[in-house]
Amino acid sequence: MMIAIFALVLWGALWAFNVKLAGWLSDRYARIAVPIVFGLTLVVMVELLVIGLNVSFVILPRPSEMVVRLFTSYEMLWEDFVQTILKGALTGYVVGCSTALLVAFLASWSDFLRRGLLPLGNFVAALPVVGLAPIMVMWFGFGWESKAAIVVSMCFFPMLVNSVQGLAATNAIERDLFKTYAATPLQQLGLLRLPAAMPFILNGLKVCTPLALIGAIVAEFFGSPFLGMGFRIKTSVGTLSLDLVWAEIIVAAIAGTGFFGLLLIIERSLTFWHPSQRR
Amino acid sequence: MLAWLSRSVLPVATIVAAIIVIWYAAAIPMNSMRTYMMAPDDAEISFSELVSDTWSQKKPQLPLPHQIVREVKKQATFSWIWKEKRRGYKRSLIYHTWVTLSSTLLGFGLGLVLGVSLSLAIVYSRVMDLSVMPWVITSQTIPIIAIAPMIIVIMAPMGLTGLMPKGVISMYLSYFPIVIGMTKGLRSSDPILEDQMKTWSATAFQTFLLLRLPSALPYLFPAMKISLAAALVGAVVAELPSGARAGLGARLLVFSYRSETIPMWANLVSAAILAGLLVVSFGMLERALNRRLGFRTAGEVSS
Repeated sequence: MMIAIFALVLWGALWAFNVKLAGWLSDRYARIAVPIVFGLTLVVMVELLVIGLNVSFVILPRPSEMVVRLFTSYEMLWEDFVQTILKGALTGYVVGCSTALLVAFLASWSDFLRRGLLPLGNFVAALPVVGLAPIMVMWFGFGWESKAAIVVSMCFFPMLVNSVQGLAATNAIERDLFKTYAATPLQQLGLLRLPAAMPFILNGLKVCTPLALIGAIVAEFFGSPFLGMGFRIKTSVGTLSLDLVWAEIIVAAIAGTGFFGLLLIIERSLTFWHPSQRR
Repeated sequence: MLAWLSRSVLPVATIVAAIIVIWYAAAIPMNSMRTYMMAPDDAEISFSELVSDTWSQKKPQLPLPHQIVREVKKQATFSWIWKEKRRGYKRSLIYHTWVTLSSTLLGFGLGLVLGVSLSLAIVYSRVMDLSVMPWVITSQTIPIIAIAPMIIVIMAPMGLTGLMPKGVISMYLSYFPIVIGMTKGLRSSDPILEDQMKTWSATAFQTFLLLRLPSALPYLFPAMKISLAAALVGAVVAELPSGARAGLGARLLVFSYRSETIPMWANLVSAAILAGLLVVSFGMLERALNRRLGFRTAGEVSS
């Protein structure tokens, strides 16, 4: 009980520290330091509360136990990572997003196609496409191919809607200017439409990142070889080795956040001119 | 009228028709393996026989639209309401859709409360903005399906089983669009109007109630629409690891183990109908509210 009370006191102290920190530091450093302190506070709080309140291991392991497990069984975790994230999610993500981009290019030339695809795409993007996972497992087998297939179908429509909107984002004056320069359609695409569409395309890529991870892991619940993150989570919950489950969650979190961060860096360097990127 | 038909209905109808044609065509090669397997060794199968067989199998690889529609009609019975003891009710699609809908709505409600309160804290406290906002974004890059079993495990000893953990899992996906939309909306009030409120010596609460909240609503409604769709995905996903017996996601798992493809697709279609109904009915609500509050249609405000 003492430890639990200590945890709450520590919470208050670190929060006060954060308030001070937000005041001291200039905006640029505060934006990095404050969330890190906040995150660490949370982890320490959970650790102390789990010890203090005698929470059983089969309900919530201590964060330190999760991290230890992360290092002791890193080989297994790495294999799962390769199977689910690199083979399943990333392949599907690349294929799905690039196909959507291609279809969007086609649609940008035909007004008819655009009018037909945009409402449909908007509707399908609101559907729980993840439900197709068992069908993909049936069609493409238990291997990573079925995981890639469900990721393709989940990423395609959100990406398509964003790209079609982006490629239509130029206005008539800009297009007229390119006409007076006697630009070929390809030049117009490469020099005008594509750069103007970039913020939308990157937004689509960002929306698809968590979808790809969810799709690849969900599909493993419907059938997988004896490895993969979803498979490991499913079986480890059954054998109550919850520290392993949490280690998988940490891996998934690092993978998702890392990829998202990469996209943010790309966004900053490609669309530095966009109002949302101004500082 | 004619112009509207040819501008918006015709393109969509053309693409839907193309999809259906491709669907029927694709079913022939995809289902043909079973036809050849069931036929005697030296039998010649003519094309018309092939077509009629692949379009009417019991467990096809790719069920046809007419088979799915027939299945939906057959399973969408209300019999579970008044004849609970009859065996058939466990298969009623409407029953399972209702189960999923209830956790969707609970998740959406929880997400709305969490999202709005978080965004209020973020707008009114710089420390909250600095410390919580990055973690809100990070939370969405962590796949919910990985955490879902843990949420169930943690909530079970607190006596929370069944609907509640599913609602919380669905909340994890649905609170995010609300935080983003509401924060943007609360910050979107016109600075001139804020100064005006100050000259009227309005209290902070009055400024919030009379200026900030109304100007946030056009951002909140589209966010709520996205969040509703996300809540449905969360509800379906939540049924997979929870060992639930009822609900569209749980049924998908059962049918996939038995490779009963037509019921599987019927389930998917009812999930799609549910999503469509939710979004359309919410859109109507939004339009009615906006008209009452005197806003322009929120479609012009992108979130």
